[in-house]
Amino acid sequence: MARILNMDRTQLLGFVLLAALVFLVLPLALDAFRLNMVGKYLTYAFVAVGLVLCWGYGGILSLGQGVFFGLGGYCMAMFLKLEASTPEATAIQSTPGIPDFMDWNQVTALPWFWEPFHNLAFTLFAVIAVPVAFAFIIGVAMFKRRVGGVYFAIITQAVAAILSILIIGQQGYTGGVNGITDLRTLLGWDIRTDSARTILYFVNGGLLFVCLFIAAWIKSTKFGRILVAMRGREDRVRFSGYDVSAFKIFVFCVAAGMAAVGGAMFTLQVGFMSPTFVGIVPSIEMVIFCAVGGRLSILGAVYGTLLVNWGKTTFSETFPELWLFAMGAVFIGVVLAFPNGLAGLWTDHVAPRLPRRLGGRPRPEAAQPAPAE
Amino acid sequence: MFDGYTMGEIGAIFAMQGFAGLILFSVFVLMALGLAIIFGQMGVINMAHGEFMILGAYVTYLCSNFFADYIPALFGIYFFVAMFLAFLAAGALGALVEWAMIRHLYRRPLDTLLATWGLSLILQQTYRSIFGAREVGVTLPDWLMGSFALTDIIDVQINGLFVMGLTLLITVGVGLLMFKARFGRQVRAVMQNRMMAGAVGIDTEKVDRKTFALGCGIAGVAGSAFTMIGSTGPTAGQLYIVDTFLVVVFGGAQSLLGTIASAFTISQSQSAMEFFLSGSMAKVLTLLTVVGILMLRPQGLFSLKVRR
Amino acid sequence: MTDTNTRPVRRSLQVHPDQPASMERRKLLGGALGLAALPLAASLLPSRAFAQAPLTSAVNTTGLAVTDSTVKVGILHSITGTMAISETGSVQAEKLAIDQINAAGGVLGRKIEFVQEDGASDWPTFAEKARKLLVEDKVASVFGCWTSASRKAVLPVFEQYNGMLYYPTFYEGLEQSPNVIYTGQEATQQILAGIDWVVKEKGAKSFYLIGSDYIWPRTSNKIARRHIEKQGLSVVGEDYFPLGHTQFNSVINKIKLKKPDVIYAIVVGGSNVAFYKQLKAAGIDMTQEHPLLLTISVTEDEIRGIGGENIEGAYAAMKYFQSLDNENNKAFVANFKEMWGDDMVIGDVTQAAYLGAWLWKAAVEKAGSFDIDKVREASPGIELTTAPEGYVRIHENHHLWSKTRIGHAKADGQYEVVYETADLMEPNPFPEGYQ
Repeated sequence: MARILNMDRTQLLGFVLLAALVFLVLPLALDAFRLNMVGKYLTYAFVAVGLVLCWGYGGILSLGQGVFFGLGGYCMAMFLKLEASTPEATAIQSTPGIPDFMDWNQVTALPWFWEPFHNLAFTLFAVIAVPVAFAFIIGVAMFKRRVGGVYFAIITQAVAAILSILIIGQQGYTGGVNGITDLRTLLGWDIRTDSARTILYFVNGGLLFVCLFIAAWIKSTKFGRILVAMRGREDRVRFSGYDVSAFKIFVFCVAAGMAAVGGAMFTLQVGFMSPTFVGIVPSIEMVIFCAVGGRLSILGAVYGTLLVNWGKTTFSETFPELWLFAMGAVFIGVVLAFPNGLAGLWTDHVAPRLPRRLGGRPRPEAAQPAPAE
Repeated sequence: MFDGYTMGEIGAIFAMQGFAGLILFSVFVLMALGLAIIFGQMGVINMAHGEFMILGAYVTYLCSNFFADYIPALFGIYFFVAMFLAFLAAGALGALVEWAMIRHLYRRPLDTLLATWGLSLILQQTYRSIFGAREVGVTLPDWLMGSFALTDIIDVQINGLFVMGLTLLITVGVGLLMFKARFGRQVRAVMQNRMMAGAVGIDTEKVDRKTFALGCGIAGVAGSAFTMIGSTGPTAGQLYIVDTFLVVVFGGAQSLLGTIASAFTISQSQSAMEFFLSGSMAKVLTLLTVVGILMLRPQGLFSLKVRR
Repeated sequence: MTDTNTRPVRRSLQVHPDQPASMERRKLLGGALGLAALPLAASLLPSRAFAQAPLTSAVNTTGLAVTDSTVKVGILHSITGTMAISETGSVQAEKLAIDQINAAGGVLGRKIEFVQEDGASDWPTFAEKARKLLVEDKVASVFGCWTSASRKAVLPVFEQYNGMLYYPTFYEGLEQSPNVIYTGQEATQQILAGIDWVVKEKGAKSFYLIGSDYIWPRTSNKIARRHIEKQGLSVVGEDYFPLGHTQFNSVINKIKLKKPDVIYAIVVGGSNVAFYKQLKAAGIDMTQEHPLLLTISVTEDEIRGIGGENIEGAYAAMKYFQSLDNENNKAFVANFKEMWGDDMVIGDVTQAAYLGAWLWKAAVEKAGSFDIDKVREASPGIELTTAPEGYVRIHENHHLWSKTRIGHAKADGQYEVVYETADLMEPNPFPEGYQ
């Protein structure tokens, strides 16, 4: 495995440590309730890992990752909602067998685009395919025309705004501002019990590691190096004969796909999906998870996500009023003082002092340049 | 579409909608001008723009309370004082933020976006801690809130006229400052070639700070003016942010003229669509159109011909 | 955060004449007499029912956080984020009620301690905190939520862990959970009486419906439209705007052209301020009542942001106004202001939030137990004669019987009550023929 991914001993050690944390330490240390919370946080880590690829390596900052997270989550929620809306369970409605919010909005038949979501296989396909297709469309339109940097960030933000207005407005088909709630079972398996949530936690952790491996693999290939080159000097890469836009589209789609998987797992673990995720604020928060972890570090993204969310939960339980101050300070502090985030701290200050056997190196290359964008 | 209306009424519709569009246009220009200066001239994305506007609104609120309590005789004109103070307060905060934060980030535009977002969170909570979570009611002088009737259908809003006048004044002022005054020449020089500008003796840091402060100051004035038409609360600034960014980007970031043209286009189409469609759909269609056009013409309506 | 509630109550509940209550009603209430009269009752009655606390093992068989001297409840509202604007008042009212109940001897001899959690205007956070309250803190009841979305998010949690939620906001109906007591009005209670009143008293014939674009305004307007059209009257326009929209000039132009008799407005949040300011600036003087404006979304709380002078002359249909003239309400307003400051205003939802804790106390005492199932069983029929709004009673469908009132907005930001329904309105969350 390590050879396929071109990992050196340090990276391998990092993966093993994270795996131990996710699969052993946390499940043993936390009760079912807290573990479920961590599971929820880890779904954001999918987005953060995707952002490491597309922002850290590709230099494309998307402020609309919540859109893909949300779309993936909505696809999953549609399946679960249909399963929860059996004719028996919805007998008091004027049209039994359709989701309750449709009935409230005088929708009398299931809309066509809901029909395929009766099928789990299709749903799992759609969870990835719909957001990736959407990302592809946006990507082609933007990158082919060389929209980049700040413009891209703002346009993704506008896309997020449009989509959330649409979802909220079309409440008969989408559940509106309430989202799709009261999801109960997956193929008859009650996902609300503590045991189910624990299983889902491990599934979620497993999928996260799949994404981490994919990201590490992409990073280690020639493609990963081209991404880095693109971030540094896009024009030179273009002049060398590479189709820069194709690379960008690809990495944007990968990031979207990862976000979508996170969204679907979120729906499964939390039990509902709401349009707030599609909006602007969560999208920007997800960028900060990635920045805190270190925008160039795949594993750092996971730690960053866990740390910020743990901070959020603790702070908001103890000093709710101070939470925004803390969050704001984290944003500013990370950007000004630690542009490489936790990973930068590690490689700059901790790793050099470790014995060489553990992978300590005098000056690792990732620590040197501050990222250009 | 026009069933059941007489010719006179249809005429009135166009007149009123045109006027509503013009008000929206002025609002957009006011919102976007400060941002356009900062973004266009400095390449910095100020996500806290909305919070600078709200600072202006709170200054207006404090001012109105002060005048009502201590010099009620002059209450009618407090608004002018408030706008001036809003400019100073937002500008001063802007200069401070530039000094403490932005100047370290000029080479990393995407990072300014994150840092200013953090700033916006801090400002929001500050407002909430000082003024409370609820919206505050800004009492306006009576003369600002009325309207006079041209015909029995068409009323002209005085605050609408006021916003238009203010926008015109500020736009002309900014235009003169940027294209006629020494300061503007320095700003443009720094923008086009920072090193050369420095080499010919322009203090680029000072120019940066002043530009940022100017942009924030205009945001403050805008916020002050918006107490006439909108709400003043800790999170009210976020309501404006997407619209504002789109106006600037759509206009082509480096062109003030572009900002104005884009504000005009967006406002007129939105106001017309709102009349014929439901409000939500009008908003979605407007945003979609803007995004669509941006995909076709990513550099915006007007752009400097620069080689990248 | 476990904030032990040690703040002294600055004024104990005022004793004032109990409303005339029939013998039957007294029997129904069991030991729980008129709540505001508790200190009086406790000092006069020889039995001192509240001094001796029943055994914890008897009143708590399901492992809730009840000790011999305390009982834990949860408060779950947004104190950060966009919804903090609205939810602050509810938190204040709930804390006031808890203080007052403690000062009067607590519930079953136990002092109420509250655990406050912040939903942060974020629905998953609400669900997460609700789980924390029920699973970790094992609270005996939760007072909280404001938006429908937050309630929908926590509802499965409450049903799964069998908790009890007291939900204060007027809302769209279409829901009836065994684990929720809805202390605000559902849509038909608010809408039907209001429309009947403008039709009868003001001779309204045509309506223009306008709202923010989400489920409550849309559902409410649907009910309103059916009710209007049933009477052969007309709806000349219907418009929705995204939450947070600030530009209403186009729709105001439409209103001017259609010349409706009534603008029926369900605009919420920051949009409210923009809407009323622009309405006034556009020359629609609501004091002329031509057109007349009737809203179900603007309480005294919102007027603070809008400015009284901008909404003067509008009418609002809801169950409570701060200016209600009765002894209960005067004491409530005075206590509220004493606890939270003289500049506080109290809106409909704030009052409904205040009812929650008292209704729970009455149900617990009637059941003689904190067990959720027993409290639920005891809840229908619970009545409060000391409610600031007058008198309320819990219906079998967990909503409250309550009167609907019409308030006329004055420039000082208060409503003058111009009408109240003669009878209690029956809550009907699933109105036949209105869907």
